[in-house]
Amino acid sequence: MKVTFPHMGNQYVATKVLLDELEVENIVPPECSKDTLDIGTQHSPESICLPLKVNIGNYIESIKQGADTIILTGSCGPCRFGYYSILQKEIMKAMGHNINFILLDPPQGDYKSFFARIFKLTNTKNPYKIIKALAKATRVLYLVDEMEEVSCYKRPRQKKIGEVDIYYDGFHKKVRKIHGYREVSKLIKETINNIKSIPEDPNREVIKIGVIGEIYTIIEPFVNLNIHKKLGNMGVEVSTSLKISRWLTEHLYLQPLKLTGEKKIRNMAKPYLKTMIGGHGRETIGHAIDYAKRGFDGVIQIYPFTCMPEIVAQSILPTIEKDFDIPYLCLIVDELTGEAGYTTRLEAFVDLLIRRREMGISDKLLSRN
Amino acid sequence: MINCYLGIDVGSVSTNVVLMNDDKEIIGKVYTSTQGKPIDAIKRGLKEIKAQVRDEIKVKGVGTTGSGRHLASMIVGGDVVKNEITAHGIAALNFVKGVKTIFEIGGQDSKIILLRDGIISDFAMNTVCAAGTGSFLDRQASRIGIEIQEFGELALKSKNTVRIAGRCAVFAESDMIHKQQLGHNQEDIIKGLCDALVRNFLNNLGKGKEILGPIVFQGGVAANAGIKKSFEEALKQEIYVPPHHNVMGAIGCCLLAQEKAEKKNTTQFKGFDIVNSGYQVKGFECEDCSNLCEVVEIMRDGQLMARWGDKCCKWSDKVKDDIEKLA
Repeated sequence: MKVTFPHMGNQYVATKVLLDELEVENIVPPECSKDTLDIGTQHSPESICLPLKVNIGNYIESIKQGADTIILTGSCGPCRFGYYSILQKEIMKAMGHNINFILLDPPQGDYKSFFARIFKLTNTKNPYKIIKALAKATRVLYLVDEMEEVSCYKRPRQKKIGEVDIYYDGFHKKVRKIHGYREVSKLIKETINNIKSIPEDPNREVIKIGVIGEIYTIIEPFVNLNIHKKLGNMGVEVSTSLKISRWLTEHLYLQPLKLTGEKKIRNMAKPYLKTMIGGHGRETIGHAIDYAKRGFDGVIQIYPFTCMPEIVAQSILPTIEKDFDIPYLCLIVDELTGEAGYTTRLEAFVDLLIRRREMGISDKLLSRN
Repeated sequence: MINCYLGIDVGSVSTNVVLMNDDKEIIGKVYTSTQGKPIDAIKRGLKEIKAQVRDEIKVKGVGTTGSGRHLASMIVGGDVVKNEITAHGIAALNFVKGVKTIFEIGGQDSKIILLRDGIISDFAMNTVCAAGTGSFLDRQASRIGIEIQEFGELALKSKNTVRIAGRCAVFAESDMIHKQQLGHNQEDIIKGLCDALVRNFLNNLGKGKEILGPIVFQGGVAANAGIKKSFEEALKQEIYVPPHHNVMGAIGCCLLAQEKAEKKNTTQFKGFDIVNSGYQVKGFECEDCSNLCEVVEIMRDGQLMARWGDKCCKWSDKVKDDIEKLA
C-alpha cells in the first residue's frame, strides 16, 4: 500500500510524519503547479470550486509516482467539501484508476467506525502506537504553523528582502527527503531559529493585515498566488484567520466533547450572522471583527469562485467595514495564473492602508496641540 | 530651463505620456495606442512629447503606472513605480477640489475609488467581468458599424431608450442583436447599451458603497458623452470629466515623481536619447521545474537589462546581481 493525500498548505508535513510514524509507505504529491491545475481542470466538473480541481491534480501526479491509496479528511461542514470524497471517487473511477479511498472524517461521536478506518489504514490494532503517532503529527502541525507565523512576522522586518524565503523555501525542499518525527521536527526547529536570527531593520513601518475567508484558499500558496510572500515583501505582517492546527484541535478533540474554541469568534459574528451557513462563512465575519478590534490596519478576504458561504460573508463585510472602520478587500481566485491584476489590487490596498495610518498619526498630533 | 516631471501610463489599450512643470501645469501630453507593443509605444510617446515642447527642459523625476509599469520604469529609468489606483486617485485629488468619488473606466478594467478627507478610503476593481469596459464598447461599436468617437454623440440623440441586459457581456451582445433584429433604431440601442454599462458598473463596483459628490469620471471611456449622461441620470447628480481625463494616470505619476524628487534630489531618468536605442525582447521557457515559467528578457543594444516572468525569481534576481557587480 502506497498512500497519498491532497495538498493544503503546510499540512503535508504533518500528514507525512503521521504516516512515517505508522510505518505506512507514503508519497507526498509534487508541489502544486500549473500542471496540477491543468490535470485537475481537465477531469473535474467545470462549475465545481477550485480546491477540488487542484486535489484531482495532486492525486494524478502522485499516482504517476506509484500511489494506490488516497486518504482524505472530510469536513462535517455542510459545504461542497463534504461531498469531495464521493465526487473524487467517481472521477477517479471514470478515469480508470483503481484507487482505494480512506476517508478520515472527524469522528462526530462515532469513534468505532473512525477507528475501524484508522486500523484499515495503519495495518495495526495497537491503539498505543496510533495515538502516539497522532500526537506526534499534531505536534508537527503546530510546529509548522509556528514556522509560518514566524516567517510572516519576519518578512516585513527583514533587512534584506527575500532572506526569509531562502530558509522557508529551503525547508520545503529538504523536508521531502527526510522521514519521521525526530528528523522533521528538528528541521522545523532549525528553520524557525534561522528565520528568527535574520537581522531586522528597526525603522520599518509595518502594516498589519488579517487574511480571512475560505480555509483552503487562504493557506495554499499556489492557489492564492503566494499572498503571504507578496504582502510580506511589501512590508505587511500577515495573520491568517484559520489554521489547520486549530481546525484539527477543534474538530478532532474539542467538538466531540461538546467544547469549542471558536465561541468568541462566533459570538462576535452574532449581530451580523446568527446561524451556521456552511463552510466558514460565520468565522469569516467573526474574524474580520476580531482583527478590527485587535487594531489591524485592514482585512483581505479570499475565496474560490462560486463558494456560497463566502459570498454571503462578502455581502456582510462592507457593513463591518463601516461599523468597525477597517478597510476591506475581496479577492476571488479561480484558475488564474496571471498575477498583474492581483498584484495591482494588493499594492493599491497596501498604499491605502499606509496613507490612512499616516493621516491617523497626523490627526493625533494635531488634536494633542 | 524648465524643471519638469515625466509621467508614463502604459495601459492595455493606450500608452500615455505627460510632462508637468513645477507649478503642476501640463506642458505636454501624448495619447498613443499600445497595440500590444509597449516598448514601441513608450519610445513613440517620448519622441512625440519631446517634439511638443519647444523650451529647454530638465526632467527631475519620472513616474510610471499601468499594467506595463515595470517595463516602462526599466526602459525609461523610473523613480516611482505605482499602481493605477493610487495614481488615478492622486491625480483627481489635485485637479478637482474635494472630490469624493472617482469612476475610472479604461480599456480592460474599470474601478471605483472613494476618497475621504483627501485620501483614498476604499476602492473596487472589476473582478470576474469585463462587461462595461472600453474594449467591450469598442467591439460593440464595430459590430454596429460606427466609429467609437461617434458613439457618445449618437447616444445623446436617443429619445426612446431600449433596455439591454447588462449583467454580462455575452447576454448584452445577444440581447442587442435581438433588439436590432426587431428594428429598433441605432441611437436607442446605443443609449440602451450605455445605460446597461452604467447599471453594471454601479451594481458590480458600487454595491454597498456610499457614492457622494463631487464625482469625477476619468479614463478613456470618459470621452463618451453617452456614458456620462447615463451616469448622471442614474445618480441624479452632475459628473465632472476633467480636461485631461484620458491621461489622469500619467498625471498622477508626475505628481508622485514630484513628491519623490522633493525628498530625494536625484533622478534615474536615462534621457530622451533612449528612443534611439534598439530594444530587443527575447523569451525562453525555464524547464527547471514543472511550472515551466515563460521568462522574458529585455535587451538594450545587445546588453541584458532585465528579466521577469519567473515564479521563483531565480532568473530575475540573477540580473540584479549582475548589474550590481557591474556598477
